[in-house]
Amino acid sequence: MFFYVPMALFLLFLLFPFYWMVITSVRPDGELYRPWNSVNYNPFWTWKPTLDHVRYLFEETLFASWLWNTTFIALASTAISLVCGVFAGYALSRLNFPFAGSLGTGIFITYLVPQTLLFIPLAEIIRNYRLGDTPWSLILTYPTFLIPFCTWLMMGYFKAVPKELEECARIDGASRWQAMLYIVIPVAIPGILSAGIFAFTLSWNEFIYALVFLSSPEQKTVPVGVTSELIRGDVFYWGPLMAGALLGSIPVAIAYSFFVEHYVAGLTGSVKG
Amino acid sequence: MGQVVLKGINKFFDSVHAVNDVNLQIRDKEFMVFVGPSGCGKTTTLRMIAGLEAISSGDISIDGNVVNELAPMDRDIAMVFQNYALYPHMSVYDNMAFGLKMRKFEKREIDKRVLEAADILGIRELLTRRPRQLSGGQRQRVALGRAIVRHPRVFLFDEPLSNLDAKLRVQMRVELKRLHLRLGTTAIYVTHDQVEAMTLGDRVVVMKDGMVQQVGEPLELYNQPANKFVAGFIGSPAMNFTAVTVTEANGSLIAENSGLRIKLPDETAQRLRGHIGREVMLGVRPEDLTVAGSADLGHPCFDAVIEVVEQLGSEILLDMKVGESIMVASVEPTARVRVGDKLRVAMRPSRLHVFDAQTEAAI
Repeated sequence: MFFYVPMALFLLFLLFPFYWMVITSVRPDGELYRPWNSVNYNPFWTWKPTLDHVRYLFEETLFASWLWNTTFIALASTAISLVCGVFAGYALSRLNFPFAGSLGTGIFITYLVPQTLLFIPLAEIIRNYRLGDTPWSLILTYPTFLIPFCTWLMMGYFKAVPKELEECARIDGASRWQAMLYIVIPVAIPGILSAGIFAFTLSWNEFIYALVFLSSPEQKTVPVGVTSELIRGDVFYWGPLMAGALLGSIPVAIAYSFFVEHYVAGLTGSVKG
Repeated sequence: MGQVVLKGINKFFDSVHAVNDVNLQIRDKEFMVFVGPSGCGKTTTLRMIAGLEAISSGDISIDGNVVNELAPMDRDIAMVFQNYALYPHMSVYDNMAFGLKMRKFEKREIDKRVLEAADILGIRELLTRRPRQLSGGQRQRVALGRAIVRHPRVFLFDEPLSNLDAKLRVQMRVELKRLHLRLGTTAIYVTHDQVEAMTLGDRVVVMKDGMVQQVGEPLELYNQPANKFVAGFIGSPAMNFTAVTVTEANGSLIAENSGLRIKLPDETAQRLRGHIGREVMLGVRPEDLTVAGSADLGHPCFDAVIEVVEQLGSEILLDMKVGESIMVASVEPTARVRVGDKLRVAMRPSRLHVFDAQTEAAI
């Protein structure tokens, strides 16, 4: 009783926006714009579900390209950040070199610099390298916040891997490099997966850089495309907006549910030997 | 072959002198045990032999070759860690085969060696399991198996039994000894448990504060400890110590303090001639104290009051108040004693130890 009732309330509270998004995206326009004081006003349910908004998205807007852009950008920047983050995290947690500790803290601090400040100098750099309005403007700027994040997460994870494992491998005949490749990284897979999922979600949902660095409609990502193309002036195309949001959140949801076990193991940092 | 020589080994961690001028010769096929309280530098010494810790100064050589600069993988050693350090993502078979794969052995040879080791250790049916599906004792065996498949020149053991429960520890101790007799590979074994040291070691190195206190065969350490620390560390229950003043009366030497006054046997007296009028530490093991009877006529005796009686079945431990100090005696299980009893206790005269009060070295 004390468990299920609060749990149910909590679930209801959490899932309601999602429900609202789903119901709005399948509701015909006639119902959507019905005034609240009309007789058959029924905001929480529809008897005439329709896929018109989805069709509109794919036929009247560049939603398919946005989806592709977002996927490509998110995957590429996640891959770059993971590779850098895993190596940096390993080095900072395992190799004893001067200032390793302060360097680790320094990397974390860069993560705390707000993007709303950082995009101004970054815009200058993007312009100088003529990367504006290409996916590379995002693939190369997202790591500015993804690498510190991945590094920090991996540092903590590598520290939890007993150092005897690596020492044993090195006595067994592995070089430092092989010990990392064959022993430490496989053991740290849950940590790497959770860093990857986090990085993927962060770049999938990123808004400011995408808004600033991309201008032509066919280059945009889902969050920017949906909000800039489906809100015209003060007119909100609620149906397609919500359909876009729904389709945009599905890949992230799939990524989470697919790796959820590893992900939880990664966050709780458990290595059972 | 597997002869390990340590020459003038020092290790500093910043300002801490963790290992202080250690000189040792470990012979081929020998089972050498490093024993001492935690922080005495025994594990650091082992890790320096393994190549996991850099040497601050000195030379380590294996079979005559100085290995100071060699990477762990090139020293031809195998190590068993306290927490076993099994690779959690690999099966038992792969754990054991890893070292051979890294050294590019043929698959047939790997298979042969792993199965052979698995048979020796009785873990053949566990080969497909993952480490987390094993019990503590089984993990221990896998860790041993991983070491023996390599046929290394030297085995290094870092407190391998300390994570096991008491019963299993005794069992694995015997198996380790049997394994060593069978394989005949040089073994260096670190432990803080003096029973393990005594039972396993061909020779034992007792360390304290980074310094070697004594090197010798187990019974040598027990019978002729070099100083008070070794005397107190080896043997259970620990040796009794009491400070006494040496005086001369009628040509013989007397040791006395507030609780006892004994005539020192001639052999001990000889050594103490130079200490007349000074304070020394008198040491006697619990098993060398008996309830005085007619057989002990002429043995040094003193009075004691029993404070605690510990029945162990095979023996009785008596905690006794002797003057101001407490002494423990281990007596026959047939002795009829009760708390509060006043006893006359005899010492075996040939088993008295004396130590310098300042340097604590044996006199």
